[in-house]
Amino acid sequence: MGFIRRLNDIPREEYFAPGHAFCAGCGITSIIRMVLKAYEGPKIIVNATGCMEVASTLYPRTAWKVPWIHSAFENAAATAAGIEAAFKILNRKYGYNKKVHVIAFGGDGGTFDIGIQALSGALERGHNFTYICYDNEAYMNTGIQRSGATPMGAATTTSPAGRVIPGKPQGKKDLVFIAAFHKIPYVATLNPAFMQDMYNKLVKASQIEGPKFLHYYTPCPTGWRFDTSHSIKIARLAVQTRFFPLYEIERGKLRITVDIKKPKPLEEYLKLQGRFRHLLEPENKHIVDALKEEIERNWQRLKMLSQLDFIY
Amino acid sequence: MADDLKTWRELPVAMIVDQPGNTVEVETGTWRALRPVLDPSKCIKCLICWVYCPDLAIERLEDDSVKINYYYCKGCGICAEECPTKAIQMVEEGV
Amino acid sequence: MEVKVERQIRTGLNGDEAVAYAAYHADVDVIAAYPITPQTIIVERLSEFVHDGLLDAEFIPVESEHSALSAVVGAAASGVRTFTATASQGLALMYEILYIASSLRLPIVMALADRALSALINIHCSHDDAYAARDSGWIEFFAENVQEAYDLVIAAFRVAEDKNISFPAIVNLDGFILSHSIEPLYIYEGQDVVREFLPRREPIVKLDPDKPITIGALALQNYYIELKRAQAEAFEATPPYIRKILREYSEFSGRKYDFIKKYMIDDADIGFLVLGSTAGTMRHVVRKWREKGRKVGLISLTLYRPFPVDDFRDAVKGLKKLVIMDRSYSFGSPYAQLYMDVAATLYDEPEKPDLINVIYGLGGRDFNEYTAEEMWEKINRPGVKKIWVGVRGD
Repeated sequence: MGFIRRLNDIPREEYFAPGHAFCAGCGITSIIRMVLKAYEGPKIIVNATGCMEVASTLYPRTAWKVPWIHSAFENAAATAAGIEAAFKILNRKYGYNKKVHVIAFGGDGGTFDIGIQALSGALERGHNFTYICYDNEAYMNTGIQRSGATPMGAATTTSPAGRVIPGKPQGKKDLVFIAAFHKIPYVATLNPAFMQDMYNKLVKASQIEGPKFLHYYTPCPTGWRFDTSHSIKIARLAVQTRFFPLYEIERGKLRITVDIKKPKPLEEYLKLQGRFRHLLEPENKHIVDALKEEIERNWQRLKMLSQLDFIY
Repeated sequence: MADDLKTWRELPVAMIVDQPGNTVEVETGTWRALRPVLDPSKCIKCLICWVYCPDLAIERLEDDSVKINYYYCKGCGICAEECPTKAIQMVEEGV
Repeated sequence: MEVKVERQIRTGLNGDEAVAYAAYHADVDVIAAYPITPQTIIVERLSEFVHDGLLDAEFIPVESEHSALSAVVGAAASGVRTFTATASQGLALMYEILYIASSLRLPIVMALADRALSALINIHCSHDDAYAARDSGWIEFFAENVQEAYDLVIAAFRVAEDKNISFPAIVNLDGFILSHSIEPLYIYEGQDVVREFLPRREPIVKLDPDKPITIGALALQNYYIELKRAQAEAFEATPPYIRKILREYSEFSGRKYDFIKKYMIDDADIGFLVLGSTAGTMRHVVRKWREKGRKVGLISLTLYRPFPVDDFRDAVKGLKKLVIMDRSYSFGSPYAQLYMDVAATLYDEPEKPDLINVIYGLGGRDFNEYTAEEMWEKINRPGVKKIWVGVRGD
């Protein structure tokens, strides 16, 4: 049925080629490789403009071994909706007779911000497709500018750690809940450091009809400013500090899938990343406290909601 | 890298790329400053390095042991960092 | 293919309804559209056809025009027949995708119910939106009446999907004047009839799990211009194929279609060039003026892009003066849009008529025989180059 117990259960075949232009240590390629393995059978990928699209398809080369289309920045969900409709017609009207997975990828820019309208429309209309947001918490491809997904206090090129304003003043939008409350059958958060959890959520999603929204935590050594070898370590700490909880909402039932009983102190996560370094200064303690409070509130909210039979 | 730049008449219609996965021709191994060195005697075939290598530079062999493909490896060091038995060490390239 | 007037029904429809029937008869596969006056009836009628089971298509009620064109891009890339419709602000919103659709050679057909661009907001007819698309690589047709709107949408699918063409196509119909006016027309009995002219689409490339391709890659300085050069070559090569299809359609329908229409132009001294429904008014005006002894003639374009350069140069031979009527305005340009197309086309001709630009009808301002008379008086003043007609204060 595709679910794995050990990493060795992950299928061997690769649908994504080496020789691509992703940064050393980039967290994006993990979601690409695993989605293409976990979703069995024919699949079509729709990509928004961003790191993933640019680093994998520099003309005349492509790292993709599956059909792939990129049209614009804010319309991955809309383009995917059109493809989904086309294959419905091909099956119904022209005897095509194949179930094709339609998978749309967008960065946090193309999903949280400029792409949120197209995403919302596609979710509301109930298309049978999967939307995966690979969230590296800024507009990385254009040079590390802040997005609605950038955490509070993080330094980006448009929210620099300045003398007067130290990093991004605003917090992070909760797009997973926004997506979920379109009343879609499945949303989940994914983190590469917890690969069995991530892979099995992909398999589960691939077997559900209707719109699925997956939020993938994407470590970015270039934008977050950390040693390229620390990608997975930082991803792990994100979960262990409860900064990035791992949960799913399946037909309205919320389940925390990796319970963190004793969270690690947030400072362990922050100190490894250049984008947070200024927060460790004493004058910025209030920001760290605000972050901790937000993390705590998020966690408690998830705990409370997980006790209900359904949240929608 | 060597790339015979085509004239406009030779390009496929609709601006498509019709050779799936042809990035395999690109030697990204030239990027690295550090290279991973594997000690096979310490490898427990957990496949963590194969799962996490962003560059698909770790090949999974029949028996789930691994082999590093230096043509693509960009030297990020994730494999060495994550290996539970420290079977992989990063050494300076060119030394 | 023989004339099939006997398999057509005489009826009365407004322009929007006619367009909806055309897409229905063309057995379109995927429709994605967002309502905007004066196109709303197209969208509503098509939803009815789908919901009543008359048209087996996927109708995607998208949440914006940008998503409308994006969705049909995805569907067209998957190899099916696609249709959308919009106007004015909606076209402006989907603007970036126009260029993408053409570059990716997707044979999408769009009906444009020509409407003025804001501000101030005006829902009536101007050709701002039609002109806005003219650089983007879409084939553009102009309908003069409701019959043409119906016919051109059907023909547009054949044109767009032809393997030697494979570019998206717009059919313009004047907002409200055609979109909301009921006119008599012939429509085919149904999809079976149209299928003889318009068989199932055979895409030149498509998203196919059995044959994976990458569509829409990133091209840097080392490739972009070659890709555009190839696209330009392909677009410039389309006219003979478009003409062949229009000839076939003329036989099929019993109504003649070609790139341009000429009326009383052969011995005319003064020609009038116009796009869209005003051609109907001007035909009546030209006939009346001829009775008064004015040696006038009319040219109207059915095909606007690619600009029918050869037909046009031929049509204006012998004219002393050509009055170019623009239902739009290009701020800061020496003249309005159609004038600039014409001036460029005629510049190298050894003999060419004097050109005069007339701006008319913006925002649905009526152009009738009285406005025409005002135009006649103004264009005959010495030294006139650019005038507005039908404007209080001018």
